[in-house]
Amino acid sequence: MSAGAQPGGPQPPVGDGVAALEVRGVTKSFGALAVLRGIDLTLRQGEVLGLVGDNGAGKSTLVKILSGFHSQDEGQILIDGNRVSFNSVASARAHGIETVYQDLALIPQLPVYQNLFLGHELTLLGPLRLLDKREMRKLARQYLDDINVHVPSVDADAEQLSGGQRQAIAVARAVRAATKILLLDEPLAAMGARESRLIVDLVKDLASSGRVSIIVIDHNYAHLFELCDRINVMQGGRITLDRQVSQTSLEELTELMVSSYRRQLEEVQSAGA
Amino acid sequence: MLRLFLYQRELTPSLITVALFLYFTVRAGSNFTDSLSLSSCAGYAGPVAGIAVGEVLLLVLAEIDLSAGQVFLFCPWVMYWLNGTVPLGVAIVLALLASAGVGAINGLITVRLNVPSFVTTLATNFILYGAVLVGSNEVEGSPIPLSGKTGFISSVMGVGTWAEIIWVVVIAIILAVVFTRTRFGVRIIATGGNLVGAAEAGVPIRRVKVWAFVVCSFLSGLVGIVDAIKYGTLDPGNFGVNYILYAVGACVIGGTALTGGRGTVIGAFIGAILIGILEGGLTVIGVSTNDFFIYIGVVIILAMALNAQFDRLVARSRSR
Repeated sequence: MSAGAQPGGPQPPVGDGVAALEVRGVTKSFGALAVLRGIDLTLRQGEVLGLVGDNGAGKSTLVKILSGFHSQDEGQILIDGNRVSFNSVASARAHGIETVYQDLALIPQLPVYQNLFLGHELTLLGPLRLLDKREMRKLARQYLDDINVHVPSVDADAEQLSGGQRQAIAVARAVRAATKILLLDEPLAAMGARESRLIVDLVKDLASSGRVSIIVIDHNYAHLFELCDRINVMQGGRITLDRQVSQTSLEELTELMVSSYRRQLEEVQSAGA
Repeated sequence: MLRLFLYQRELTPSLITVALFLYFTVRAGSNFTDSLSLSSCAGYAGPVAGIAVGEVLLLVLAEIDLSAGQVFLFCPWVMYWLNGTVPLGVAIVLALLASAGVGAINGLITVRLNVPSFVTTLATNFILYGAVLVGSNEVEGSPIPLSGKTGFISSVMGVGTWAEIIWVVVIAIILAVVFTRTRFGVRIIATGGNLVGAAEAGVPIRRVKVWAFVVCSFLSGLVGIVDAIKYGTLDPGNFGVNYILYAVGACVIGGTALTGGRGTVIGAFIGAILIGILEGGLTVIGVSTNDFFIYIGVVIILAMALNAQFDRLVARSRSR
């Protein structure tokens, strides 16, 4: 680890083949507020990329663009080298992108198994699209067993679960459905140690299978260092640092974040003076 | 035991309905249980139930359709106006399409223009009321085709004593299956239970909402036609809000939360039956219909309070 390396700008991708996902010059404003000011980011095949940054740096906005929830103002998104444009979550999903959001996309009033299949419901033949409840229950039970997620019953409504269990279900849903790219927006927020461990292992398993490329946003650097191959730092709507995990350290990242925080603080103070 | 009541919200109104039925049977005996009295209960419950089972879809979506009662009245007028110009069967189909179209407009205005559905449907309610007044020249609509006639089709379409309530029962059963066993049903609950979450999970929330408006309007129109054939005349001054308020009341009694995500078709149906039995029963035991309004108000408040308590208990069981 080359601790103490100078924080630099984004480094050119060290390409071995085509990137799973490439973001070029993406901007996004909400009214007068420019949240993304030109994002360049590369996610290589089978890679786990960590994204860190202050609150309001634009990480969640970027994730919502990549998952088709928002659309960018400018810039391009390429998957496997092909330009794509998403106009809905469904279209992003059709390209194999699955997302776990910070705000937990579970439906409190629906049972676990229906939450697990939400948006991918198994249906029987016919115009009514009758749900294949039996099959969904069975697969849900099997799958949750496989990944060691324990719930009282797959028929329990999500509102009866603990926060950690619900998060585990949300992550499990995306992991199960992801065919190409998985986006995790603070998957460990508000989770206990045991449940965090579970999610970290789940993502590591998926990563080691090599079938999906993953972007993780988290504030816990220890988890990120364990999970990720590479880390990008986002500040003020731009990527300000791009490092292999093997070429950076907790200290470097922490120092970078603290110094930027200090800079902001000084700006605020000098503005106030 | 408590869990059963917590998670089967239809249970409480069902038991109250049965209790009311027994109470009136004991009080009035065969005066209540004869077919004349029961058919008048069914007559009160039919329109309310027909509108409520569609309305509940919207309430579960945390939306509302205030125009469904007016669609119930408007649809038979369309049939009445078109009949003769086109064959009756075509007139009925066109009237139903017009009803569904009102639902589509309600839905599209709500989701595309971001107008709260309370406002959208309040407006379409007035527009439809005006359309009936203008189109009819304030002249009563009569005779209604099929009405007052004998024969199989007439009796099925509303002339038969029990025709309307049977229509409503069949509609309720089909809709209950749609609500609990199809992708559309799950997506209604998902959209109403967590709008952002459902959208993020890939549920097409706007399309789900528009279709729910279409279904609600279509069914209100359908039951409206049956009701018009049953009674034989159309009163242009009849105001749909009367019906819709009963229907929303029925949904609430049946365990629907207006905040979305919670409610069932069966619950709404049972709520309507409860209202029908209460109104019919009070009439039979000689309580004036004026008192009925006080009772119905009390029942609605009690039902809502009970549901709020149930929600709190569910929340508490989660936080353990």
